Amino acid sequence: MLLDKRLLFVTGKGGVGKTTIAAALAFLAAREGKRTLVCEVDATGGLAAAFETAPLSFDEREVAPGLHAMVMDTEASLREYLKLHVRVPLIGRIGPVARSFDFVANAAPGVKEILIVGKLAYEVREDHYDLVVVDASATGHIIGQLAAPSAIRDLVQVGLVRQQTEWMLEILTDPAQTGAIVVATPEEMPVTETLELIGQLDAETSVALAGVVMNRVLPELFGQREEAVFDTLLDHRDRLVGELGPGAEPVLAGAQLAVRLRRSRAAHIARLRAGLPPQVPLMNVPFLFTRTHGLRTTHKIGEALADEIFTV
Amino acid sequence: MSAEASAFERVLASREIVIVCGPGGVGKTTVAASAALMAGSQLGGRVLVLTVDPARRLATALGVGALGNQATRVPDEAFAAIGLEPRGELWAAMLDTKASWDDLVRAHAPDDEVRTAILDNPLYENITRRFVQSHDYIAMERLHELHATGDYDLIVVDTPPSRNAIDFLEAPRRMGDFFSSRLLRWLTVPYRSRIVTVASRPFYTVADRVLGSDFLRDIAEFFVLFQTMHKGFVERARAVERTVGDRRTTFVVVSTLESASVTEAEFFIEALAERKLHLGGLVLNRVLPEVLRQRGGATAARAMVKDAPDLARRLALPDTDPAALSAVLADVGESYLNFRVPATREAEMLAELSFSADATVQIPFFDDDVHDLDGLLRMGEALFRDRAG
Repeated sequence: MLLDKRLLFVTGKGGVGKTTIAAALAFLAAREGKRTLVCEVDATGGLAAAFETAPLSFDEREVAPGLHAMVMDTEASLREYLKLHVRVPLIGRIGPVARSFDFVANAAPGVKEILIVGKLAYEVREDHYDLVVVDASATGHIIGQLAAPSAIRDLVQVGLVRQQTEWMLEILTDPAQTGAIVVATPEEMPVTETLELIGQLDAETSVALAGVVMNRVLPELFGQREEAVFDTLLDHRDRLVGELGPGAEPVLAGAQLAVRLRRSRAAHIARLRAGLPPQVPLMNVPFLFTRTHGLRTTHKIGEALADEIFTV
Repeated sequence: MSAEASAFERVLASREIVIVCGPGGVGKTTVAASAALMAGSQLGGRVLVLTVDPARRLATALGVGALGNQATRVPDEAFAAIGLEPRGELWAAMLDTKASWDDLVRAHAPDDEVRTAILDNPLYENITRRFVQSHDYIAMERLHELHATGDYDLIVVDTPPSRNAIDFLEAPRRMGDFFSSRLLRWLTVPYRSRIVTVASRPFYTVADRVLGSDFLRDIAEFFVLFQTMHKGFVERARAVERTVGDRRTTFVVVSTLESASVTEAEFFIEALAERKLHLGGLVLNRVLPEVLRQRGGATAARAMVKDAPDLARRLALPDTDPAALSAVLADVGESYLNFRVPATREAEMLAELSFSADATVQIPFFDDDVHDLDGLLRMGEALFRDRAG
């Protein structure tokens, strides 16, 4: 079962609702009694908004019973790492150097990435939490992050970093513990990027694909029989206008739009399903008409995910 | 076309570089391509759209993708197929990050030996491919270079997906700073001499423990090579920065009316203002149609939900089961009331927008993604429709 894993990376194309899905999954896990940590990797403040809470920091904070939240900060991660692993008596003195170190982390391949992935895997290894949910980077950056430990292992022959990659890889490459969840919406680019990302995950990382979430799925308006009735109604729209006044016109136009949207989107959902390995679950989350952000949305999407996760 | 140019048309007519930016997933690439298509076909001249990562079908429609960095011209026949007789030329190019970096190294390396050493260095590929900011920088660099060729009247550029929408604004300065930084000097110290300064010793002790001295030496070697290009690179980065800030350059921010996108777009617009960069256009993409909040619609929809069985009987449609019709009426009414909520929310969001650009344009929600010239034309017509500033 999805929530029995220890480390879930939620990724997807920008704008598809990654943060909301990650927040909802974490909320759901905590509700199931799991000690859960949710971490926003690209600190944009979206995660705090999903829980209606004050801005989050690197030090995790309980935002709901059993649910802790944090945002990633590579400089803080480096400090924590140095404090834990490098017993040099100069931590206090490296202030400005640590700042520059952030630049090295930027420039030296994989260092920044490994500080991110390392911190998350560390929380799992130390058993601080049952489940760590990561609101990870978008398509394009995620592969570099997930591939960093093995890239570093290949580049660095000795040193602490190399030793560190061994245990990280043990966690990351175990499909029982770690998985990636890709979020898509039923539109052309998000579906295409999702399929490409799944191919890259397989080819360039050793992290398993745990599931795909199709977000913002529109409700089906009609079945085939109803559609024939609707067509007849359109042919006699003047009768409806006669009964209800000119306000009936926009209502019919709105229904036509809904039918067209649903149809084009269904084609993208079918394309995604066809491109997914059969054992990978595709979880549908409905389009929410009333609210798109905030705690209420997190809860509603959590419920929708529960329906999918516990019935799959 | 009316006699008076629309606000968006004026933006395209008066600038030489249009940088299209905004939050992820709002349709930047399509808006950029569409603006270029309109400029090339209606204003004339030679127009180039530089795209970063177009959807494959859009890339095919523009004839880019296979050729890497090379610009290709969209043939007149393609315009004829959508009923246009272009006044000018539309060219398209895709940004190839790796090829652009290679070009840059070739241009700035002092000699063949260094050039080969850099291009063959394993860290080089890693850095150009993985160093996120390298994409941001190279997009701006490429833009500067294309503009400097003098081959185009207008260049419309799509920006790469960033962690943060303003990263690419900072990229040229950051690249220049990096090359002049103390950090780079520190990094290259062990290679240049064994004398480690007092200031950099703690750095080295830590770096050595963490990264291992071999890796550190690899990095140092690489940066020593890179530093030979220091002067050229810094000058270049400054030139790129000037191009972006030039009055012939303007920014077009794309967003949807969804609250998260608007928040990010607002943040970006503030960042432009702080840097005294020009905001030429604000494009609100995928706006739900007005019909969803038309007067009388909600009343009619509510009546359809509430009195569906009665209404079905009174309508007495031929060959239709009243029970089935009743269900359809209720569904249609319900659907309208559902869609009316986000449509109304969007209208509110639009009314509350706290900033204005030279041109603020709404693009309606199209049924499916825009992926061919016909779609770009439809979008372009919407871009040129608004006249209010």
